[in-house]
Amino acid sequence: MKTLRDAAVGETVHVVKLHGEGAVKRRIMDMGLTKGTEVYVRKVAPLGDPVEVNLRGYELSIRKADAEMVEVK
Amino acid sequence: MEKEIRIALAGNPNSGKTTLFNALTGTQQYVGNWPGVTVEKKEGKVRGQKNVGVTDLPGIYSLSPYTLEEVVARNYLIDEHPDVILNIVDGTNLERNLYLTTQLAELGIPMVVALNMMDIVRKNGDKINSKELARALGCEVVEISALKNTGVDQAVAACIHAAGGRMSPQHSFSGPVDHALAHIEEAALDRIPEEEKRWYAVKLFERDDKVLEKLALPDSVRNHIEQDIQAAEKELDDDAESIITNERYVYIAGIIKGCYQKKNKSRMTTSDKIDQIVTNRWLALPIFGVIMFLVYWIAMGPFGSFLTDWTNDTLGAEWLVEGSRSLLEGWGAAPWLVGLISDGIVNGVGAVLGFVPQMLVLFLMLCILEDCGYMARIAFIMDRIFRRFGLSGKSFIPMLVGTGCGVPGVMASRTIENERDRRMTVMTTCFIPCGAKMPIIGLIAGALFGGSAWVSTSAYFIGVAAIIVSGIMLKKTKMFAGDPAPFVMELPSYHVPSVGNVLRGTWERGWSFIKRAGTVILLSSVIIWFLSSFGTVNGKFGMVDNLAEDETLWTVEYQQKVADRMGVTYSEDEAVNEVTPMDDSILADIGSTVDFVFEPLGFGRWKTTVATVTGLVAKEEVVSTFGVLYGKDTDADDWDDEGSVIWNNVEEDFNNMSGGHGKLAAFAFMIFNLLCAPCFAAMGAIKREMNSGKWTAFAIAYMCLFAYAIALITYQIGLLFVGSTQVIGLIAAFALLACIVYMLFRPYKEANKLTVR
Repeated sequence: MKTLRDAAVGETVHVVKLHGEGAVKRRIMDMGLTKGTEVYVRKVAPLGDPVEVNLRGYELSIRKADAEMVEVK
Repeated sequence: MEKEIRIALAGNPNSGKTTLFNALTGTQQYVGNWPGVTVEKKEGKVRGQKNVGVTDLPGIYSLSPYTLEEVVARNYLIDEHPDVILNIVDGTNLERNLYLTTQLAELGIPMVVALNMMDIVRKNGDKINSKELARALGCEVVEISALKNTGVDQAVAACIHAAGGRMSPQHSFSGPVDHALAHIEEAALDRIPEEEKRWYAVKLFERDDKVLEKLALPDSVRNHIEQDIQAAEKELDDDAESIITNERYVYIAGIIKGCYQKKNKSRMTTSDKIDQIVTNRWLALPIFGVIMFLVYWIAMGPFGSFLTDWTNDTLGAEWLVEGSRSLLEGWGAAPWLVGLISDGIVNGVGAVLGFVPQMLVLFLMLCILEDCGYMARIAFIMDRIFRRFGLSGKSFIPMLVGTGCGVPGVMASRTIENERDRRMTVMTTCFIPCGAKMPIIGLIAGALFGGSAWVSTSAYFIGVAAIIVSGIMLKKTKMFAGDPAPFVMELPSYHVPSVGNVLRGTWERGWSFIKRAGTVILLSSVIIWFLSSFGTVNGKFGMVDNLAEDETLWTVEYQQKVADRMGVTYSEDEAVNEVTPMDDSILADIGSTVDFVFEPLGFGRWKTTVATVTGLVAKEEVVSTFGVLYGKDTDADDWDDEGSVIWNNVEEDFNNMSGGHGKLAAFAFMIFNLLCAPCFAAMGAIKREMNSGKWTAFAIAYMCLFAYAIALITYQIGLLFVGSTQVIGLIAAFALLACIVYMLFRPYKEANKLTVR
């Protein structure tokens, strides 16, 4: 299973499914990371975490631990 | 009289909500907090309209039950039922902004959409068909630019027009969901007004715990609707919350297709180009360092200290204190009144207000950083380090500012959105040695450690360690572990900060501090002044300084008695005489009564106790109190000449009180004074930011206990090493150490549910 965490910088991926539950999952979905969404991995923060992604025309910062919950292809 | 129309302003963070609110209300606004929480609440009257009020809701992305801001917003909308919702939508970020719109539409409250930043949309060459959007959403859509103040009046007119009407959401869900929602409305919501049914049905479908709690449905009904939900979940192969969220975004994508045209598909905007450099893997940290240095240097460096020194020494000390004194004396006011006003109130409050100019400069820069979009990048860059201690990446700024002064440091925590992170930051910022604690460090280093530089280095080290240890311990406690802290954050586009927003933000923060100085700090200063100036001299109660001038009271025999009581030397030779009128003050009495508390820390004497207490007015008072108590008539200016005398006295006394281990005792004294409750000004700032008496008390009690524990551990284990163990103290020290270690390594799990009343 490939997750958003594994996606390389500069890669464009599509969301397959969200794992996990509760507050963090809902927050990720609320920010627009839902099934089928196209996500462009823009960069990794200087200290290696979090990552910056572009989706639905805006920039989002997400921690690697949370990005692991997002299954992509 | 016409009925008042109440507009609720709702929208995403960074959608220009504050700018629109300012444009709507002009100067007629009131800033406060939502009841019981630290989320900011703004209200105002709409300019040029008699009976139209507007309430600014917190910036939110959704109406989920998981973040405090969202719960505050939805409770207001459901319980207070404003007449109309003005939903501000960022036209440059249409897709995600409309997600909230679809949820607001379900509340059954008339709604108007204000399509903001249309000037930028046009400049980019993009096109939004607002007529088509209005048709799709089923409500009026007004194109505006809050920054340029265009279209705002039309938006207000549309709101007034819409108030009193009905709002019925145009979007529908897929077959299985609609089916389940219809069932839920029928089975559980017959007592809910027609227009609100949709909202409650969707929330029940999502198994929203706050709504379930509120409706308190009987178990039979709950089980019944649970079957409907599970049927839909099975059919669509996902959980209920995901189904709803997905379908909302699918619906929005459909609308966007019909009414939005982007000119160029290229991914690089100007903002992206700036960001490519500013948060670049290699350049980000150096750039961050330079920006932080500039902020610090301008606010705390030569310019800032000049402002503070000038207001404190010239405006405060010379003009106000001396001015008010000579004025009052000229009027023939009683000496105690002159003392109360000049030394107590003007001096105490003035010392605090002296920070105001410097704080305004600092707030100005923080507002600029926030308004231009860099603040979010700071969180992005620093998150990795700070989240380990239960703090936010944005906690860096309060800590940095805290090295100069804890008061603006605590107030700088306002930029942290998450309430939990903010509280944690407020509680730990004052551990950093601030400028006023430097003299304490200097005194201890000079008097007992031969001016060794490692003392001040260790002070910073202890401060940082205290933050880290406290962060890890506190995030596991009940008070903090209760709430989830998702960190999924938007990185807004950079833009030129608006002068109006920046100035207004700066003033709001500065003013809230000034108000605080006028209440809590005023009262505290008066109390400390009273305790240190009044007392009983030779059986007569009054102001000790005045009574001591009366030679029939302040006799040689009496001074000798005082000297015996206080353990100091009396001598006819003025230069050696250590008895001061302050020895008879109530504060000295209290000090001698409670000083046993500090016995296990090695400095259980009344002088050190009193110095610690006066440190609450301002930390540098610790040193001036030492000056008064250990040196005769020493003004701060004479420290250089008489410093060595005082240092010798201090060293001797620390050695006396600790059985020859003066260095240990002095070091413990320093630790305690660095970490314990900060000065009244900082406590006032903590109270302001916590917006809760309970949390303020908890924060201050925690600081004092933590300071006591660390000083105790240091002193007692230190004694063990020099071979003069105090058994009980040592056991206590090891027990405390074990507690701290246990708290540090205890496993814990982050909560998934928000707990609010």
